[in-house]
Amino acid sequence: MSKMLQPDELIKDIQETPSLMTGKAPAKDWMDTPAEFKPGNWAYSAKTKATDALGMPNSRDWSPADEDWKLPEDWKEIISNGFRERLDKFRSFKVFMDICVRCGACADKCHFFLGSGDPKNMPVLRAELLRSIYRNDYTIAGKLLKKFAGARPLTMDVVKEWFLYFFQCTECRRCYVFCPYGNETAEITMLARELLNLVGININWIMDPVANCNRTGNHLGIEPHTFKRVIETLCEDIKDITGVTINPPFNKKGAEILFITPSGDVFADPGVYTMMGYLMLFEHIGLDYTLSTYASEGGNFGLFTSNEIMKKLNGKMYHEAERLGVKWILGGECGHMWRVVNQYMDTMNGPADFLEEPVSPITGTKFENAKSTKMVHIMEFTADLIKHNKLKLDPSRNDHLNVTFHDSCNPARAMGLLDEPRYVINSVCNNFHEMPENTIREQTYCCGAGSGLNTEEIMDVRMRGALPRASALKYVEEKHDVNMLACVCAIDRATLLALTQYWTPDVEVAGVTEMVANALVMEGENEVRDMDLREEPYLGVEED
Amino acid sequence: MGFELNGKSYETDEDGYLIDLTDWSEDVAAYLADTEEIPELGEKHWQIINFLRGYYEEYQIAPMIKILIKAIMKDMDLSKRDASKMLYELYPAGPAKQACKIAGLPKPTGCV
Repeated sequence: MSKMLQPDELIKDIQETPSLMTGKAPAKDWMDTPAEFKPGNWAYSAKTKATDALGMPNSRDWSPADEDWKLPEDWKEIISNGFRERLDKFRSFKVFMDICVRCGACADKCHFFLGSGDPKNMPVLRAELLRSIYRNDYTIAGKLLKKFAGARPLTMDVVKEWFLYFFQCTECRRCYVFCPYGNETAEITMLARELLNLVGININWIMDPVANCNRTGNHLGIEPHTFKRVIETLCEDIKDITGVTINPPFNKKGAEILFITPSGDVFADPGVYTMMGYLMLFEHIGLDYTLSTYASEGGNFGLFTSNEIMKKLNGKMYHEAERLGVKWILGGECGHMWRVVNQYMDTMNGPADFLEEPVSPITGTKFENAKSTKMVHIMEFTADLIKHNKLKLDPSRNDHLNVTFHDSCNPARAMGLLDEPRYVINSVCNNFHEMPENTIREQTYCCGAGSGLNTEEIMDVRMRGALPRASALKYVEEKHDVNMLACVCAIDRATLLALTQYWTPDVEVAGVTEMVANALVMEGENEVRDMDLREEPYLGVEED
Repeated sequence: MGFELNGKSYETDEDGYLIDLTDWSEDVAAYLADTEEIPELGEKHWQIINFLRGYYEEYQIAPMIKILIKAIMKDMDLSKRDASKMLYELYPAGPAKQACKIAGLPKPTGCV
């Protein structure tokens, strides 16, 4: 692993290299600037254990650091055929290849460009890496005028450049918000990664979770007995902290609702506190629900691999809902799961006619927006409970927190979940402060490591990409003493923690449902609730 | 990637985690500790390594930090704060990275 620069060194580096800030530009044309692989800017290749298990093409030991990437002899033909097939299959892809007028509105909207100054991180140029090949092979102008028409032939250098820059895009879709034509750079990245996968180019941080999920039902590879034991451990902690006993149901046939959340929340800090929050919330309202040890993952790293794998991993949630005979699915605080569910599930595995249109059993509210997918977001569900006064809340229990909210890219931009989390936070906390308006809601900045890039060996790239979000956070830390960054995504709970530890070390990270649970006044709780879910004393409570 | 120890070669990933978990032995642990700049594995280091290996054998994944800290509190009769402090004194780069690696456990991947 490369040695990570200190924050002040990284800032200095950004200020001195060609970038938007310095106004300096690289001396050579982009097509004449080959991709530069250096420690910290590329992720480890997938291990054969994962690629064999999935039957991926060209499974082998290789490293991006090697000169020879051990591609099949006919790699060029495989990629070309794959390109053509996808242009025929996805009308959107064809449009995205044709439609850009290179106005540059997207250029300074990408967190990786802002943090690296590398022109190939401008969304327009990232897409151009693929468009240049499209023009060369599929347009008359490109065929005739070659480089003058922005065309270039497919070479090994191009493939290496694709690998570097399409795994330096988090598919966050901030650029898309600003594109006057609605060009979807995220889908361009998705298709580029698909093409790379055809010849066996992929990264371990994505393929290992995919293989695990394919085998056990979740990214971490948590087996059923472990899943159950971990949840029971969390219930023991809830008992110690609040005095309330919870026995959550597992794989219960005939339950009304199946609850699915990312497996990160049953393993990693601080996600486990969010998991404790769900368990307490459901107990509080007496919900007829079940957890599943098979559909034990909300996330879907298939989204970062290929359409086929995304479809397969998404399918397990619906199969399990059908098998258990539930009415509908309640989904936890996950980011990209909601992109898959809202934008792809319906035509991929849907319609889920065997489920019912979701209605809250507590308030009677019909979730019209989830009519087709049959899946409701925990924030919509909780906001509705609060609106109908179904939760007994004491927000002063979160008075030790000065909270701000990071809109996770996918819930914000792929499903428009903007007001519900804020409504919930403001109902359970007394101190909430927004980050500047061009860094939140639809314009939210990425955590810098979504789309399967939350691996440690690319920490340099990650911390550069995290800089815009961290700057906005630092602003509210200085102005309002913010000490808690709330979010509704499990990747965020891992990646924002790395971000805060590096850029704003005094700020902690939490899921919103953790704060809901802190404020819940539970039936049968200890006479004095003296600590939060992290076992930190509440304000006004003396420590021993 | 890998290393040689006492005439035997061991395969590791790019960050030095053992690929084949059955390759692990106390000597391998001492070697891995050395690469992590922990020159001497003391009794308390071993208590943690043994707990991690026992947990992994039963559950096929490393324990949550919470579970590890609770185990230390119990085994060493410490408060939560002291248990956490001791864990980071023994394994300064963090239990997930250092202790699991030395104990021969794989690196977890996903939303972590």
